[in-house]
Amino acid sequence: MPAVSKGDGMRGLAVFISDIRNCKSKEAEIKRINKELANIRSKFKGDKALDGYSKKKYVCKLLFIFLLGHDIDFGHMEAVNLLSSNKYTEKQIGYLFISVLVNSNSELIRLINNAIKNDLSSRNPTFMCLALHCIANVGSREMAEAFASEIPRILVAGDTMDSVKQSAALCLLRLYKTSPDLVLMGEWTSRVVHLLNDQHMGVVTAAISLITCLSQKNPDEFKTCVSLAVSRLSRIVSSASTDLQDYTYYFVPAPWLSCKLLRLLQCYPPPEDGAVKGRLVECLETILNKAQEPPKSKKVQHSNAKNAILFEAISLIIHYDSEPNLLVRACNQLGQFLQHRETNLRYLALESMCTLASSEFSHEAVKTHIETVINALKTERDVSVRQRAADLLYAMCDRSNAKQIVAEMLSYLETADYSIREEMVLKVAILAEKYAVDYSWYVDTILNLIRIAGDYVSEEVWYRVIQIVINRDDVQGYAAKTVFEALQAPACHENMVKVGGYILGEFGNLIAGDPRSSPLVQFNLLHSKFHLCSVPTRALLLSAYIKFINLFPETKATIQEVLRCDSQIRNSDVELQQRAVEYLKLSSIASTDVLATVLEEMPPFPERESSILAKLKKKKGPGAISVTELEDSKREGGELNGGSDRGPDTAAMSASNASTPSPSADLLGIRSAAPINAAPAGAGSLLVDVFSEAGPAAPSTAVNDDGFLRFVCKNNGVLFENQLLQIGIKSEYRQNLGRMYLFYGNKTSVQFASFTTNVSCPGELQLNLNVQTKQVEPLVEGGAQIQQVLNIECLTDFSDAPLLNIKFRYGGALQNLTLKLPVTINKFFQPTEMASHDFFQRWKQLSQPQQEAQKIFKANHSMDTEVLKAKLLGLGTALLDNVDPNPENFVCAGVIQTKSQQVGCLLRLEPNAQAQMYRLTLRCSKDSVSQRLCELLAQQF
Amino acid sequence: MISSHDSLRLFLAAADNDDKVRVDGEPRAALEADVVRCCLSRKKEQCSFVDHRDVRLVYRQYAALYIVVGVTDTENELSIYELIHNFVEVLDKYFSRVSELDIMFNLERVHVILDEMIQNGHVVETNKSRVLAPLHALTKMADAS
Repeated sequence: MPAVSKGDGMRGLAVFISDIRNCKSKEAEIKRINKELANIRSKFKGDKALDGYSKKKYVCKLLFIFLLGHDIDFGHMEAVNLLSSNKYTEKQIGYLFISVLVNSNSELIRLINNAIKNDLSSRNPTFMCLALHCIANVGSREMAEAFASEIPRILVAGDTMDSVKQSAALCLLRLYKTSPDLVLMGEWTSRVVHLLNDQHMGVVTAAISLITCLSQKNPDEFKTCVSLAVSRLSRIVSSASTDLQDYTYYFVPAPWLSCKLLRLLQCYPPPEDGAVKGRLVECLETILNKAQEPPKSKKVQHSNAKNAILFEAISLIIHYDSEPNLLVRACNQLGQFLQHRETNLRYLALESMCTLASSEFSHEAVKTHIETVINALKTERDVSVRQRAADLLYAMCDRSNAKQIVAEMLSYLETADYSIREEMVLKVAILAEKYAVDYSWYVDTILNLIRIAGDYVSEEVWYRVIQIVINRDDVQGYAAKTVFEALQAPACHENMVKVGGYILGEFGNLIAGDPRSSPLVQFNLLHSKFHLCSVPTRALLLSAYIKFINLFPETKATIQEVLRCDSQIRNSDVELQQRAVEYLKLSSIASTDVLATVLEEMPPFPERESSILAKLKKKKGPGAISVTELEDSKREGGELNGGSDRGPDTAAMSASNASTPSPSADLLGIRSAAPINAAPAGAGSLLVDVFSEAGPAAPSTAVNDDGFLRFVCKNNGVLFENQLLQIGIKSEYRQNLGRMYLFYGNKTSVQFASFTTNVSCPGELQLNLNVQTKQVEPLVEGGAQIQQVLNIECLTDFSDAPLLNIKFRYGGALQNLTLKLPVTINKFFQPTEMASHDFFQRWKQLSQPQQEAQKIFKANHSMDTEVLKAKLLGLGTALLDNVDPNPENFVCAGVIQTKSQQVGCLLRLEPNAQAQMYRLTLRCSKDSVSQRLCELLAQQF
Repeated sequence: MISSHDSLRLFLAAADNDDKVRVDGEPRAALEADVVRCCLSRKKEQCSFVDHRDVRLVYRQYAALYIVVGVTDTENELSIYELIHNFVEVLDKYFSRVSELDIMFNLERVHVILDEMIQNGHVVETNKSRVLAPLHALTKMADAS
């Protein structure tokens, strides 16, 4: 038997545990446990009052059963009873049970709180510690309410024992984290900082966690901790290993405390005071020097503890990013670790070098290790280490080494672990694009990527290569040639077929001179893949075929033959069938001029941030928009698109839409870009008179703006309704572009005649906003609904709203109506996720008085948190959690996209439920935007 | 604490004191099983840190016993790694050559020790004799009575 005899062993418990251990099977174990549970239940329910010892024993058994992984739903009351025992062991078991098993909203909390209160005032340090531990572990709101004011007092009181101080510090930390509003700053705060000077190392260790957390939230109030932390650190670092006696761990003085001090300093910029800074730099140098000294012990614990401090010091050096000398030394040190035999060190060194690579001072130094890192990528046996190596290669990549790194990453992809392939593919694609000097290299790289890891190449990647090829005419011929060659492989990935179909459809003519890639050869090559492809790819290929007819009239007969066959024209898939029918018709009735216009080369795509980058960011962090949300809006757009204006004249559009076959796919904005860019291109001869040229008309009736404000935080709904007419809105926005669908419903049974609508941008708005639409049909039958699409482009920020004027005859009477269209500046928001630190940094940067707009106003609607959240999300910004120290407050961030510029906006909304008031603060990089958003929003809550 | 003993029969103890391991709303058993699977499947030559969902696990193996700590990215991995060792050394000192059985049969004491060293995820005390002070006081009390 093990040494159970210390203290008072519980025989019953030991027997029970032995029984469990002797169980041969899981079933036997469960049976034994159930028997015990029944026994305990009957004991607890029995008439005989149990003495403290038995209670303790049974509660302990329950705890053991819980730790084996079973749920426990009784015994809480008995545990609470144990709290009031005067015996330490009984009290301790009671607290233990409660810490582990009571969830924070249990109704027992009141009883527990009572017991805690008694123990806190008992002046018995062991009891006080138990109580503080319990508060720290449970940390519920009720506990915070009961003790938040008491604990700071215990923490800083002169006569508190050291061990109690330690518990109190961490207990306060827990309460501050769960209920920051209840922990009020006060006189104690300055004294807490001085705990860094405490004689007792244990107290410093515990207090520093609290101080770090407080400093992160209120950096200014705790600024004094910097110099105290530096001097403490300096004393530890320069001490001989024997000075700190019990706090020396394998010849390393106070390793944990050192790490924490270095971590605390990372909450602040480098010290301004020269003396403090000098002392700190000295410390950092000493730490770096020590790494080079021969170890004082061969034990791994010694080197681990030493290196823990070293890594933390390097983090601080990177955080400051201002001492080139230290940065380079750090880099060299990490370089040594890259070849260390300890896997742990190699892993950490790779990780920490990744951040060093982004500093301008050390980027070059990091690059010198490229061979080692590539070697790590090839030879490390642990996939997580290899992944760090890949991350580092990505971080150290620049124009000078891009070709080498991309080549290495590509060759690694062939054997890479499945779990990291997708991310690797994105990274290769980004690097290839970012550092491409010669775009034929870029095209080669992406095609290789598809060849090697086709399954992991997401839509974004191949959309992007097409975008780039279309935008750069110097590479089009090369791309056509390469993709043609790639398609000749007997088995090629479907993504390759997609790229091939698109590129040959657009630029096949550039290689058609060569008899080996004559038009017919190209077509046959593409068509040989057709039957192996999925529906979306086939749709894309059909579009490529119609483009072939335009490019090469000699292929017309062959292609028409293909389109005409039953498997196309009667295909069970509606999309394929429609395309086959339309393209066949188009090719036979349209003149070559019309065909040429409809199928004109794709116009260049607007330059924008690579969506691959966006995707990678999304993979890394929480996405700005949830995927489902994105898909939903897409689907809506898709349906509406296909609704009314489908016909041969949309071929140009569906050619581009072909690459977004399913509504769920995101096509780099081709969908939103195409109608605006492509339509005017073809408008010359074909779409005559489609765009209304009407100038602004003076509204003849008063403007009705009732509906307007309801749409600030939402995009869909009913804008206007009277007895005759209902006007519904659906709208979607992306970047600086938007599309609004207006639905005019005739509520009567009588026809509306001469129905005309006119959208105008009064005054200055003309310069800010570009709204285009087609005229609607002049007749609206009774009970019918007609639809109008507005394409909106935001050129620069604006304050007014466009006006919609509607005129029609209803039974002879002329109706005239003018509405404000809910196009507001916030519609062009792109949400921006950022961490607390970044938020406050930017908040401070926007500190000029005119950049800020603030309003304090009474609540007009429910102050329910969920409702507020929904509204703020509807606004279009990202709602940031864990940024504001007060969880009641909301902070949001976003960027308004206009054609001419981007405007960064930060928002803070502070509800005061008691007063039923809000304070709203906006800070934007453009003054007028702050003002306008503030006006709009003040009426929303 | 996980033991791979008895044909992978699992035994979880005090590690859940670290609030960073506790994931709200997730069934405890599922999380535990996941973490255990994750650590046991790793080989000796692999590194002792592994990203598991949004926490990083730092683990250390002592014969058949695994000690796993979940940390956020604000924590220094090596210092946690050594903290685990420090904890084991404290156990060793208290139980004089600790074995798995000691831990199993004296769970409440192990909990006391852990509570003295770590409190809701933060280091309280690293000095071995001070960690053990309350337990020794307890023994004395018991001997006296």
